[in-house]
Amino acid sequence: MKTHYDIAIVGAGPAGMAAASIAAEHDVSVLLLDEQNDAGGQIYRAVSRQNITDRSILGPDYYKGQDLVSELRSSGAEHITGATVWQVSPEREIGISKDGKAWMVTADQVIIATGAQERPFPVPGWTLPGVMSAGGAQVALKSSGLAEPDAVFAGSGPLLLLVAYQYMKAGIPIRAILDTTPRINLLRALPHLPSALTSIGELIKGRHWIASLVTAGIPFIKGVEDLKLLGEDAVTKVEYRIGKRWHKIDTTHVFLHQGVVPNVNLAMSAGCAHNWSKVQLCWHAQTDRWAESDIQGIAIAGDGVAIGGALAAEHQGRIAAFGALHRCGALKSVERDSLAAPFRKALSRELRLRPFLDAIFQPPKHLRIPEGEDTIVCRCEEVPAALIRDSVALGCVGPNQLKSFSRCGMGPCQGRFCGLTVSEMIAEACGVPVSEVGAYRLRPPVKPLMLGELAALNAEPGSTPGDG
Amino acid sequence: MRRIDQDNQPQVTIEFEGKLLAARRGDSVASALLEADQWTFRTTPVNGEARGPFCMMGVCFDCLVEIDGVANCQACMMEVRDGMSIKRQQGAGDIRLPLPNGDKKGDAP
Repeated sequence: MKTHYDIAIVGAGPAGMAAASIAAEHDVSVLLLDEQNDAGGQIYRAVSRQNITDRSILGPDYYKGQDLVSELRSSGAEHITGATVWQVSPEREIGISKDGKAWMVTADQVIIATGAQERPFPVPGWTLPGVMSAGGAQVALKSSGLAEPDAVFAGSGPLLLLVAYQYMKAGIPIRAILDTTPRINLLRALPHLPSALTSIGELIKGRHWIASLVTAGIPFIKGVEDLKLLGEDAVTKVEYRIGKRWHKIDTTHVFLHQGVVPNVNLAMSAGCAHNWSKVQLCWHAQTDRWAESDIQGIAIAGDGVAIGGALAAEHQGRIAAFGALHRCGALKSVERDSLAAPFRKALSRELRLRPFLDAIFQPPKHLRIPEGEDTIVCRCEEVPAALIRDSVALGCVGPNQLKSFSRCGMGPCQGRFCGLTVSEMIAEACGVPVSEVGAYRLRPPVKPLMLGELAALNAEPGSTPGDG
Repeated sequence: MRRIDQDNQPQVTIEFEGKLLAARRGDSVASALLEADQWTFRTTPVNGEARGPFCMMGVCFDCLVEIDGVANCQACMMEVRDGMSIKRQQGAGDIRLPLPNGDKKGDAP
């Protein structure tokens, strides 16, 4: 088994696939690692083995992913599927686990392309069975052709509308769409409209989704300001507030969504610097023109850096690959610059709509920072909002300290579904900026692995578990 | 959940809480259970509350089940296999370590 590569890439979504295909065109060894059994990431999940025959259901944007998958397949890059990366050290030692066996490889250049995950949606009852993220519902649709009739869709953002639109195209009845997009956002987004108009096609697409859903007779309820999911052992009811009035819908399935955020755990655990984005309200990795982080030889590309969407991620992946190839000595700087130029141009075109989208779909504060005492913030350790506020009142001033106060963030998800909430909550309670509060200190392994796997690392020839 | 695509994959049989279910090869355990309208996958270790799959992409760890005696398996990340036996995970789950006998498969006893 090969234990060293010139370039290793983590994540086979648009950024990772594009980076691997570009890198493999040159005289370097390339390894692509991904947790799924097929390339595509979340956005193009199962695109190469899609069983839904009516292509209008998932739509043309989804099938664009096929080109990236074919390019990757013919590129000669080594692609290990079903492989969980549990560590990238600053020395670029990569810990991998597959089928219950762990091993290490090293690489001269690493590109982290771990993409996005959905933003936490901490409302009462969001942990009840029957409540799923809209992204989760879309995973079931794309990977298994499964859909749930008569579900309530609640929240805000392009993905929520897209999944609802895909359901409608598939003839799956939707109970109601509860739109929590604050009305004031339109005003905030207006200054970004001129630049967004250069991507008028995308804007029209969004309007078309909403218009089609409304025309299909699906109740599209705007101005929803608050949300509660009720039930004992599973969700049975949604309550929502518009103005001062509460309304209710009896339902057994709710799909929640309020945007996506970078999946930062691997990059943060490698020690890469991140900054708080006041616009996207999440952590952005600090990267240079060639996607390299503040740690030499570790680049981060795509939605794992900042949310830009699948097409932007693709271009960023290519730019990151050219940068890595140059640092490997496989490309002169002049070659690198000219090869990257068209993708840089395409990237800036792709990002023109983003400020408008960021402004119009920014989730309101009370849906990011729960007001209720009992609302669960940390799903794993079942830590309610009140315990976090009490801990801060007792003198806890940071997310890491909060772990000792409450175990918040110490469960198997390793803060992925509470980290942002916790940082924002502490910042609000202490009256300081989120950047000052910081994020959880993340450490490898960033995904659980068996103790036996870790212990057996040395038994395999050529694999040494680094010092860390 | 309801299947809307063309079912051209072979079926496998899995067992969930002692009941036999038909599942489609290539599906995740979570998908297979959702197709059988099972949305409760586990109870939590702290308050014993019911939970089910939330993110479906390996991030939230709310779909943990016991598969063939091994606890803490992410149902959304594992593919169904013929004869697989799945149980709801109760609380923290029952952890049994593989024997350190050099058996490369590392199967749980």
